[in-house]
Formats: sequence, structure tokens, C-alpha cells
Amino acid sequence: MTPVFLVRRLGLLAAALFGVSLLIFVLLRLLPGDVATIVGGVQATPEQLAVLRERLGTDRPLPVQYAEWAGGVLTGDFGRSMLNGVSVTDELARKLVVTLPLTLTAAVLAVAIAVPLGAYAALRQRAPDGAAVSALGQLGVAVPTFWMGIMLSVVFAVQLRLLPAQGFPADGWAEPGRAAASLVLPVLTLALAQAAVLLRFVRSATLEVLQADFLRTARAKGLTTGAALLRHGLRNAAMPVVSVLGIQIASLIVGAVVVEQAFSLPGVGKMLLADVGNRDLVKVQGTVLLLSGLVLVLGTVIDIVHRLADPRLRDTP
Amino acid sequence: MRLLEVEDLTVRFGDSTVVAGVRLSLGAGERLGLIGESGSGKTLTALAVAGLLPPGAAVTGSVRFEGSELLGRRERAIAPLRGAGIGFVFQEPLTALNPLMRIGAQIGEPLRIHRGLSRRAARGAAAELAARVGLPDPERIVRAYPHQLSGGQRQRVGIAIAIAARPALIVADEPTTALDVTVQAEILRLLTALVEEEGSALLFISHDLAVVAQVSRRLAVMRAGRVVEEGPTLDVLRDPREPYTRQLVAAARATSWNPQETPS
Repeated sequence: MTPVFLVRRLGLLAAALFGVSLLIFVLLRLLPGDVATIVGGVQATPEQLAVLRERLGTDRPLPVQYAEWAGGVLTGDFGRSMLNGVSVTDELARKLVVTLPLTLTAAVLAVAIAVPLGAYAALRQRAPDGAAVSALGQLGVAVPTFWMGIMLSVVFAVQLRLLPAQGFPADGWAEPGRAAASLVLPVLTLALAQAAVLLRFVRSATLEVLQADFLRTARAKGLTTGAALLRHGLRNAAMPVVSVLGIQIASLIVGAVVVEQAFSLPGVGKMLLADVGNRDLVKVQGTVLLLSGLVLVLGTVIDIVHRLADPRLRDTP
Repeated sequence: MRLLEVEDLTVRFGDSTVVAGVRLSLGAGERLGLIGESGSGKTLTALAVAGLLPPGAAVTGSVRFEGSELLGRRERAIAPLRGAGIGFVFQEPLTALNPLMRIGAQIGEPLRIHRGLSRRAARGAAAELAARVGLPDPERIVRAYPHQLSGGQRQRVGIAIAIAARPALIVADEPTTALDVTVQAEILRLLTALVEEEGSALLFISHDLAVVAQVSRRLAVMRAGRVVEEGPTLDVLRDPREPYTRQLVAAARATSWNPQETPS
């Protein structure tokens, strides 16, 4: 990989982060509604509201507000909640201990499900079981995440009483077993939704590789089809799947917001929805920036990994 | 015992018969040119010999290599023969090579499969093979990837792979078709010289009469899945019996090529 590429890619990341922060800030200011009327209540007089706005800082010019916020973010300070004055950084850290394990485990599980099943569906393309796996994947794409979550709850929590359907221990990870148990169904819901999308890409990538000339060459050297696929096919099939994985991260995070709501998990997503309702702009913009930043950073990492893994890309500037 | 005996070979995809009762025979060290237009079934015939047909193909008839029947065997039983007994050179040198694997690993792979060579030993052997097929700076080129090579160099790699495990038969399927005219002649010379040195038999497939005539003294003409004419190259060219062969010769003459100049 050329240093030029690395510098350019990281420059692009920085520019994107800046653009996103600006966009988030401006879009939120366009929203109707005023946090002062929520803090002050319906009976507040215009004078009281003016005082509140001054205290919250929402009466100052927008560029000043943006500069103060962005400057703080650069030093790790996401500001304070407009509603109760709590540090947004602390709040996010508290919620991430739920959201990060949820999304990361779901992502790993999705790959672990999609890669073998997708490859199997491709290898057995003409057989009924291969077609069944493909159809199941299609179904998984079509089913909404929240519905899948509800169904899993009904079966495993309500009927079988194996796992908790809702919530997360109030003391967090103090009891790891209980905390983990409450994440099983949400992780499964999120992972299945992601795996269904990924499965289709794994299947088509495998099909493409199976028809590739170099796989025939590998067999002509003396390998069986299976051995040729393992030695020559897998890495080639992985390339397009890795690209898709980079794009999938965004939908994984959107999915996390839905799943946290469905399972009433105290994660970043659930907090975000509540804060939007309260017009707590400082918290909302901090949360959205963190989530979009996560998507951009992981996207960049995957881009760089893709470069390292493919010699054809490695040589291009 | 002939090295390769193909009898009544038929290949079907669903309802369409693409190879219909082909009969071919090749002795040790012999060369046979298989000629025909695209779609005549010549490539599928060659692939069927070593069980390399795409899925969905139904094959009947008989293919005997060194006396033993290959058709109807499981892939696990045929695979050890590929590379070691029958080596292949394919048409498209770029797509025929794995884009993510170094040249040296690809050339050395048949030796790792059939001779159980270590990675290091295979790399050394690959550099020697690279030198034998005339690749410049072999020590450096074995560390390169296919996209870093020219078309002609890639086909040299393809030839190195085919001869690596010293097979008794080399099947070359349109090995020069994808190359520039100037490079074609070099690759053809290299292939024939190596086949000569190794004493291997050669099944050379092409749609180009002029190219086939340079390589082999015996010729089989295929059309619509059948061998319509077979015999010594010069006889077939001077006195084609089948109308289709006459058309081929006339077409070759039209591009100012004279069969009388063919070496006999």
C-alpha cells in the first residue's frame, strides 16, 4: 500500500467527519421545537423562556454554538445535556457498554452464519437444499427487524421461558451472566437480519468464483473442486464480501437503534430516540456524531484492509 | 497401448448435444492438432478428457489414458492425474491465473500437489521453471502477481504450470488466441520446443489452421460436435475431402498463407 493512499484516505475521513458534524448541527437546528419550552414547561412566561435560552446558550449565533461544540468534541467533551446538565460524554460511555457488545457480537455472528450458509447455497445451487437456503436468506431480508425481534421474544422468552425478553440489569455488567443473557435475543435478532443480507452477497461471490477460469486452472493442476475452492476460491470470494461488510456497518447501527427499542435495552439507540423527543439537541448531536463517526472510521478501516488483501489494489495510488 | 484413446465421446448439456461421438487417439510423444470454429466442441472435448467440464454436463463414451478408463470415475480419483499425467494450457492467461496469488506459488503448486514439495522447495523449482519458459528475471518475477505481467509473460506462466509436474500429455486450448500476433509466434515456438524437450504428447486446439499446421503433423477437424476429417496435416490441407475443411483451407489461403510452405 502506498503512503499516498493512506494519507489521502485518512484526509478523506477527516473531511467526512467534519462535513458530517456540520450537517448534523445544521439539520438539528432546522427542527421545529425548542428545548427551553420543554425545560420550562407549558406555563413558562416568555421572560422565563428567554432566561432559559440564555442559560442553555441557544440564544447565541449558530457559528459560535457550532465552534464551541466542535472544539469540545475534539478534546473528548461532547457538552452537557440541555435537559438535566449531565455530561454527554459520560452518558454515551454508560450506554456504549450495552450497544458495543450488542453490535460487535451481532456482526461477528452474522458473518459466522452468512459465510458458510452462503457458500453452501452456492455449491448446492441446483439442489433443493441449496435453493432452500437461498430462499431462507431472501425471507430474512424481507422480514422487518422489529418483527423478527418480537417473534424471537414470543418463542424463547414467552413460550419457552429460556431467556429474558426485555431489559438489561440496572447494575450493568456487575453480574456478567445476567447481562449477557439479556443480550442473547437482541444479538440474535440483529445478527439474523444482517446475516440474511450478507448471505446473498456471499452466495453470489462464491458462484462467481466457482465459474472463474483460475478455479479451473487449479483443478487442472490436480486439485479436486472442493480443494480448489478452499485454496483459491475463498480469498477471491472474500474480496467483494469485505466491501459489502464496510457498507453494512451503517445498517447494523440503524438496526441496533431498532433492536434496543424493541427489547428495551438501555443503549445508545434507545437514548437517542428519547433525546429526539425531548429536543435535547446537544445530546442528540453528540450521539449521532458518534454513530456516524463509527460508521466512517470502520468503513475506512475496511477500505484499508481491502487494499492490503488485494495486490491489484495495492499497486494503484 | 496408446497414450490417450477417446472413443464415442458424447457431451450433453440438458437437451443439446455439444460433442457427438468423438474418436481421437494419441500415442506417446505424438502431436495432434484439433481444429474447428468456435462452438464446434473442440474445447469441451479436451476438458471432458480430464473431467474439467462445467457442472451440468453429461458425458458418455470412453476416455482411456495410459490404458485406464477415466470416464465415470469420481473426481477424487481423476484429480491426481491432472497436472501429473495431463497438463493444461488455457486460452485466457489473465483470468486463468489466480489474481491474489504470487506467480511462484502458482507455478510451484502442481509440484506441491503431486510431489509433496515444501513451500520453499516449490518456490525454488518455480524460479527454475520460470527461467525455462523464458521469463525475465525469474527470481523477481516469482514474487510478482499476475496483473504485474504482460499477456505473453502470463501465458509463459501458464505453460510453466502445465509442464511443472512433467505430464506425458499436454493439452493446449487456443493458447495464443488471446495474444498479440508478434507474441503468438514466440509462445508457439516455446510450447513446441518444451514439448520436444520433455517428449510429451501434445493435443493442440485452435480455430486457426495456420497455427495448427505449424505445431502438428496430424490434424483432426471438428464441426458441430463431430470429427469430420482426420489425417496427416499436409494431406488434409492439400486434398481436403470434406467441404467444411475445403472452406477452412480457402479461408486460410485468402489471408495469404500457403500450405506448401508448411514444414513436413
